[in-house]
Amino acid sequence: MYHVALRMLLGDRPKYIMLVSGLTFAALLMSQQCGVFFGLLSWTTSHMRNMRASIWVVDPKVEQINEVKPLRDTDVNRVRSVVGVAYAAPMYAGLMQARMADGGFKQVQIVGLDAATMVGRPGNILAGRLEDLRLPSSVMIDTDAVVKLSIGRSHPLKIGDVFEINDREARIIGICKGAKSWTGAPYIFTTYEQALRFAPPQRKMLSFVVAEPAQGLTAAQVARKIEKETGLKAFTEEEFFWSTIWWYFKNTGIPTSFGTTILLGLLVGIAVSGQTFYSFVLENTRHLAALKAMGASNGLLARMLLLQALTVGLIGYGLGIGLASLLGFIFLNKGQPPFFMPYQLPLATFGLIFLICIFAALLGIRRVAKLEAAIVFRG
Amino acid sequence: MDNPNLNLTPQLAVDVRNVTKTFGIGETKTVALKSVNFEARQGELLMVVGPSGCGKTTLLSVVAGTLNFEEGEIDVFGSSLHRLKPAQITEFRKRNIGFIFQQFNLIPTLNAVENVSVPLLIGGMARRAAEEKAAAIMKKVGLGEKIKARPYDLSGGQQQRVAIARALVHEPRLIICDEPTSALDSETGHCIMELLYEVARSPQCCVIIVTHDNRVFQYADRMTEMEDGRVRRVHENPARKNGSAASLLVPV
Repeated sequence: MYHVALRMLLGDRPKYIMLVSGLTFAALLMSQQCGVFFGLLSWTTSHMRNMRASIWVVDPKVEQINEVKPLRDTDVNRVRSVVGVAYAAPMYAGLMQARMADGGFKQVQIVGLDAATMVGRPGNILAGRLEDLRLPSSVMIDTDAVVKLSIGRSHPLKIGDVFEINDREARIIGICKGAKSWTGAPYIFTTYEQALRFAPPQRKMLSFVVAEPAQGLTAAQVARKIEKETGLKAFTEEEFFWSTIWWYFKNTGIPTSFGTTILLGLLVGIAVSGQTFYSFVLENTRHLAALKAMGASNGLLARMLLLQALTVGLIGYGLGIGLASLLGFIFLNKGQPPFFMPYQLPLATFGLIFLICIFAALLGIRRVAKLEAAIVFRG
Repeated sequence: MDNPNLNLTPQLAVDVRNVTKTFGIGETKTVALKSVNFEARQGELLMVVGPSGCGKTTLLSVVAGTLNFEEGEIDVFGSSLHRLKPAQITEFRKRNIGFIFQQFNLIPTLNAVENVSVPLLIGGMARRAAEEKAAAIMKKVGLGEKIKARPYDLSGGQQQRVAIARALVHEPRLIICDEPTSALDSETGHCIMELLYEVARSPQCCVIIVTHDNRVFQYADRMTEMEDGRVRRVHENPARKNGSAASLLVPV
């Protein structure tokens, strides 16, 4: 009987198209908006992907990676003195202005690395040598900076080119690829000392102390020891990631804004699919009653309706997630808006579409369960 | 068109005893069947006639097990419907009853042979086997060339033949027909009735037809006349009893 159910569904083209469209729209809206939301959240933690470190030591009041409350220079040695710390290095992170050839300026994210160890160095160097950062005024820029800072030039920035950061000369010695920053400012890597020369002077300049645990200890164990012995706040990479994510959840309207759109997608899916499927069942009441009269049990009819609902659900989901992936692919190629689709997102979307279909089917099943086969004899 | 069975002591196919059926409650309560007694025999074509609202369709529905009733007893081929649970009644219908509806009730998105195979599929037969059996019975009703046609490509008479094939394909013992000829022209109606009459010749079967259509009364072995929820009279068709096919009953 299942092919009969499918033939009944596919034969009613307008309803079938309406059902698939509603579910496609719901799947697209939910997965695409979630993708942009997750992408935006991933941008908030881009520091951690561009400057890898097992332990991040910060001021005790710091809650997330994008807020910097400078430490004293001596805090590096205090961290180094903690038993279980394999090594610790200073790191600078701050926003500055870079002047472009046409006189305009762009905000850039300066990262100052320890010149001796280069801890936190970019992971994907496309051109140039990291060691050259030790040369005076040297910087390594990311591909985003190549695009944004080349405005007004006859050719894209390349190794050997010079531009200004806070009115000081910066010479490009390499190009790397990294994650986009939360602020949209491109990443520029240099040494810690050089970064302090670019930056406006302050009493305290040290943004982070990045550290690694000694062999045999976990990052969490060492982080707790650092906190206990220095009074500073120490996060493991994972702790800092989730602390940052939750900070944005609690302190910004981003989750509410995206949540509303995602909820809207869910409600539209429920309303359109539920209503259309119910009306499909209503229009087929006589046929369903005839099947019931011929001996089809409520269970068989319920399974037929479930199959119909899940079929349109699967097709709608496939189209929706496919369109969301296509849009994501376009976004990622363009560089914005942010987009990130972890494997859990298609699974969760499938789960929600499945629930919508079950809801729509239940409306029909309830109707069919109450249906008297005798109505088939009425005119 | 002989019916030798009628000359023997006929066994009861349907035995309805003191059945009462009401619709609504309170002031809107309507008694559709008032302590109805009714019989249909094996090997006969029985017509139920009467004015609109007299309870014909309600009687047909309770006999078919598609409608509950408050009082009385109904035996169909020895099974007491009043003692069966709803799931058992559904199972009974699936195995023993074939339906022919006034508006044919063919599923428009299925072709003719697929429509005919539906009762077999409900009974759990595999699709290929069901369609082979359905195609064979379609040839018997003269639609061997139309097995792939959709209902909307068929005339009214052809659609009703498909419906008859669907009602017969799982070899039920009781065929329930609700106004099978009222949507058809006279000639087509007679063709359909010839088919149903042939079915009723099987000694194990019984065909019950509810109809207003006096053009086809001549095919009845017996006619049960209803009025105000009661059976008023039962007419024997003497011509049928004698095995004649051309006799015409005077409408009741």
